[in-house]
Amino acid sequence: MVAFLRFLINGISLGSVYAIIALGYTMVYGIAKMLNFAHGDVIMVGAYIAFCAMAYLSLPPLVAVLLAMVVCTALGVVIEGLAYRPLRQAASLAVLITAIGVSYFLQNAALLIWGSNPKIFDSVFSVGTIRLFEGELTITSETILTIAANIVIMIALTLFTGQTKLGKAMRAVSEDKGAAELMGINVNRTISLTFAIGSALAAIAGVLLCSAYPTLMPTTGSMPGIKAFTAAVFGGIGSIPGAMIGGILLGVIEILGKAYISTELGDALVFAVLIIVLLFKPAGLLGKPVREKV
Amino acid sequence: MSEVRRRQPTKMVPAPSQGIIPERDLYSAPVLETRHLGIEFGGLKAVEDFNLIIGKTEIAGLIGPNGAGKTTVFNLLTKVYQPTMGTVLLNGRDTAGMNTVQANKLGIARTFQNIRLFGNMTVEDNVRIGLHNQVKYGMFTGIFRLPGYWKQEKAQHEKALELLSIFDMQDMAGYQAGSLPYGAQRRLEIVRALATNPSLLLLDEPAAGMNPHETEELMNNIIRIRDRFQIAIMLIEHDMNLVMGICEGICVLNYGRIIAKGTADEIQNNPVVIEAYLGKKKEG
Repeated sequence: MVAFLRFLINGISLGSVYAIIALGYTMVYGIAKMLNFAHGDVIMVGAYIAFCAMAYLSLPPLVAVLLAMVVCTALGVVIEGLAYRPLRQAASLAVLITAIGVSYFLQNAALLIWGSNPKIFDSVFSVGTIRLFEGELTITSETILTIAANIVIMIALTLFTGQTKLGKAMRAVSEDKGAAELMGINVNRTISLTFAIGSALAAIAGVLLCSAYPTLMPTTGSMPGIKAFTAAVFGGIGSIPGAMIGGILLGVIEILGKAYISTELGDALVFAVLIIVLLFKPAGLLGKPVREKV
Repeated sequence: MSEVRRRQPTKMVPAPSQGIIPERDLYSAPVLETRHLGIEFGGLKAVEDFNLIIGKTEIAGLIGPNGAGKTTVFNLLTKVYQPTMGTVLLNGRDTAGMNTVQANKLGIARTFQNIRLFGNMTVEDNVRIGLHNQVKYGMFTGIFRLPGYWKQEKAQHEKALELLSIFDMQDMAGYQAGSLPYGAQRRLEIVRALATNPSLLLLDEPAAGMNPHETEELMNNIIRIRDRFQIAIMLIEHDMNLVMGICEGICVLNYGRIIAKGTADEIQNNPVVIEAYLGKKKEG
């Protein structure tokens, strides 16, 4: 029972990281109607920046995280402006291929800058652990921090999109770009803002991920990126609460699957669940059914 | 005959109601002026040599058979399409090179032939999207809920309700826009366009799908909006009762060209217009 609880908490913690990453996918998809496959690699860049800030510049962890967020925000806006904006009118396949290209570009750039040797990431927030059930159940401070960060981000984003001017503009752009533009909303700036928010969140996710799994390599971001994308689809792509639910469920399924069924099959299980969910709910758990007009 | 009509100089828009509407001073301060406006789509001239002037508080009609290029004109005026010929002056300023957002800020707003509301948002939020550029707080004020946020949010809320009250829709503020009945959605589109604080409001077939009673109401509302906001309104409409009933100047488009301009009476008796709509009379 205690073991189950431990797995569950670990699952929620891992799932929270997926959820934060999935938010980036889902927001960008909701607004720009494109899949930003480079998102996973922005996580990796964020983690490297935080690593360098702490290891080489000896900056305090919080400053390092903020620096990583700033760099990733800039990176996201630059990627959008240089790679995706010129393709705004192009077929979605062209944008998709470009995103894959950007992903490889970032991975190889990281390989060039930081080399292929894994870096050992020092946990950002190691305050200690909580021990329950006479030490049988330990909850690390990273776990608590990850879950807390997830909750805070979720509340902040919900308030932002629901109740502020820019958030409303984002929703308007996601529903009808043309009409939003005719209402005086700058669509390009709104899309940039979306990328900025998504990338800042990616930086946070990168630091949290590497605090829990401390090996940092240029390919660190790709697998969590793909899983978070799965989480976004699972919850209903385009939906912010969907990304949260999808991410956490995915994390829990993965950890429980690895613990009780097979370590090797953990990932396969995740995608099997995705397929089953999509068979019954093609738009994802919270996705809106798409009505085709005839 | 039609050749003669086409060669009308730019400022031939008759002003029959000059005495009634004091601000319809076309020669000193028109809200909209187009000069030789035109657009080609791969060699096809969708609109050509479109010259029109609209006075400050005029209600103008743009009519013509299906496919004549009426909506294309609206798209040119709002900069959804960039003209390949000619220019659009809005409040005396040349809009060459501007995008849709800049044209909107300069004072042009529109509704759509097929309703394009933000269906998943509430009625109030739709109006507040229109108010977007009048809200001045930045992102951080919004995130951290500084006093400026609450003050402006409250002002926006009141402004939105006030605008909705034009059509007695303030009670619907919390409804989802997509769930409103058809007529209410059309009215909400007009409110949303008004929220951007335009000096020229373009209505694309506002009476489409309405019954005669609703159309009657719409006509009164259009006049009321003009009087209250002191703006110019240009509308595309197939309902001739509406066009002939409220438009002070009417412009007829056929195959992308203006074939006639004038008052309701002039248009109704113009043989070129009758021909465009009904075909040529058989000789003998």
